[in-house]
Amino acid sequence: MFFKQPNGIIFAIKLETEIVQKSIYKNNFRFMKILICISKTPDTTSKIAFTDNNSKFSTDGVQWIINPYDEWYALVRAIEIKEADPSTILHLINVGGVESEPIIRKALALGGEEAIRVNSDVADSYFVASQIAQIAKEGNYDLIFTGKETIDYNGSSIGGMIAECLDIPFISHAVKFDIVNGNAVVVREIEGGEEIDSAPFPLVVSCQKGMAEQRIPNMKGIMGSRTKPLKVVEPVEISALTSVVSFDLPPAKAGVKLISADHPEELVRLLNEEAKAI
Amino acid sequence: MSVLIFIDIAEGKIKKASYEAASYGAAIAQQLGASANAIVLGKSDELLSLGNYGISKVYNLSNESLHHFDAQVFTKLIADANETIGADIFVFSNTTTGKSIAPRLSVRLKAGLVSGAVALPDTSNGFVVKKSVFSGKAFAHIAINSANKIIALNPNSFSVVKTEGVAEIIDLNLSIPAGKVAVQSVNKIIGDVPLSEADIVVSGGRGLKGPENWGIVTDLAKLLGAATACSRPVSDIHWRPHHEHVGQTGLAIAPNLYIAIGISGAIQHLAGVNRSKTIVVINKDPEAPFFKAADYGIVGDAFEVVPKMIDAIKKLKESV
Ligand SMILES: Cc1cc2nc3c(=O)[nH]c(=O)nc-3n(C[C@H](O)[C@H](O)[C@H](O)COP(=O)(O)OP(=O)(O)OC[C@H]3O[C@@H](n4cnc5c(N)ncnc54)[C@H](O)[C@@H]3O)c2cc1C
Ligand SMILES: Nc1ncnc2c1ncn2[C@@H]1O[C@H](COP(=O)(O)O)[C@@H](O)[C@H]1O
Repeated sequence: MFFKQPNGIIFAIKLETEIVQKSIYKNNFRFMKILICISKTPDTTSKIAFTDNNSKFSTDGVQWIINPYDEWYALVRAIEIKEADPSTILHLINVGGVESEPIIRKALALGGEEAIRVNSDVADSYFVASQIAQIAKEGNYDLIFTGKETIDYNGSSIGGMIAECLDIPFISHAVKFDIVNGNAVVVREIEGGEEIDSAPFPLVVSCQKGMAEQRIPNMKGIMGSRTKPLKVVEPVEISALTSVVSFDLPPAKAGVKLISADHPEELVRLLNEEAKAI
Repeated sequence: MSVLIFIDIAEGKIKKASYEAASYGAAIAQQLGASANAIVLGKSDELLSLGNYGISKVYNLSNESLHHFDAQVFTKLIADANETIGADIFVFSNTTTGKSIAPRLSVRLKAGLVSGAVALPDTSNGFVVKKSVFSGKAFAHIAINSANKIIALNPNSFSVVKTEGVAEIIDLNLSIPAGKVAVQSVNKIIGDVPLSEADIVVSGGRGLKGPENWGIVTDLAKLLGAATACSRPVSDIHWRPHHEHVGQTGLAIAPNLYIAIGISGAIQHLAGVNRSKTIVVINKDPEAPFFKAADYGIVGDAFEVVPKMIDAIKKLKESV
């Protein structure tokens, strides 16, 4: 298959044929229910600055996006599962204030029947995970997808926390997810390789690159998303365990030392003697 | 008060990141006048070596079945073991294993978690841990307010400190619950240095024009004992495997030395590599944004510069 990039370059992508089994509880006439955790993050090119004595992230001029791991991998893979078995039920969840609604609508434009917003500020990971676990318990979901991490807080902890709250398995860093004979088969990335796991439902999976290919919402999706239900629920009472004290920026680099292209041996000498890196 | 460090093993060998976690945990213990102990789930004959990293006691459950990792089982075992160990500060390394267990343990013990820590906690006023946020573009100082505390330390952020010491090994006697996750296979990329643990990383971008030109990258890497990496478009178009992709949406790394060849240095790429100690950029475009983030740079054609670098390194190696 060929794709055209925004810069006009056309490149080929190998599409693997994947078999997604029909509804896991088919014989019991029960549909698969998937909950996808969607978080709001600043666009990757946002200027990182802080206010209020460096205690708050400056949202001045920040463009908010769906966390890329949630959108490109978790959500799209869930949509693919539903495409293979239309009886699948997809719900989205976000813990956040009303300012999350534009990104929730955008996610709904890609897919999913409805979204739930737990109306609260994000206190800490434990707080957010407890809220999601509460909704997951009430809704009896079979599968909970999260992104591998948020690109702002880089916690990579909410998926594992949800799983422990529900006492179910958690498979992190998934690069491939399939349903085979009623079980989840997940390829996860580990340091220096891959591991193939299988686990029964219900379970939590955190998703990263490889799970699916990014999609762009189409006009029909965007129009349709406006009328999809976005339920707002109040949070359950949970005390956060951590709090942000302050932020700071790394010290600026001293500036690059340029070496002539005719003398790479000079670079090697500097790396050896000055940087002591080789 | 005591510190318990989770030591991760693979095929009986203690991982490098776990030695860093041990040193880090021992330093916290020293700071607080507490003892630093380790817990190892699985069989290893390297346990005594932990004494050289400031560990007093090594709690070990050396059952064969622990050879396969299940975060739910491991979490329960650590919590059960801690009933007698009584630690209140837990240290993990922020690897795929740590990221699977630490959050679970956080819920189980109601212990505030800071993942991605890059420095020792500040205990002068509460317990505040510095962590990397915005993919390495900033740091946050996070207070852990609960009695139990968990820290997951980023690899390559804390230098291992070797000391003279002897660790006492204590066998744990715990019943192992049945796990729900079955590990069907583990495929390690044999012979390569794992990217997340590498000291030196040589990385190539679209400037290399095609997968057939990767020889200069792999030759340089081999010579330096380095891991190889690439920019996102390079893995998207299948010039290189996905697991080599570094950056905002790929792996975030912090090696001692990062050599970027034919990579423009887009902000999303930098997000994954800007914690590297020394950055070298080789790019034919003097305006390439990467030069702003580099320590050393050569403006030139990679196909001419890199082979010359390889020759110079060979000479250097011969001279020592
Ligand atoms: C949300 C989002 C997330 C992203 N995440 C990532 C990520 O995780 N990682 C990532 O890498 N990118 C990521 N990107 C893409 C990123 O923005 C850049 O497009 C990408 O990093 C560019 O890759 P490159 O430098 O290899 O290619 P190019 O930008 O095409 O640069 C090639 C460079 O090679 C140089 N060159 C050409 N020929 C030679 C030669 N003979 N010798 C020396 N130099 C030469 C050129 O001067 C140029 O600077 C992301 C983008 C978005 C929007
Ligand atoms: N406020 C939130 N609401 C819903 N899901 C979230 C929220 N924050 C994080 N998540 C999910 O948890 C994943 C990991 O987040 P983190 O542990 O913060 O890095 C994200 O990729 C999301 O899928």
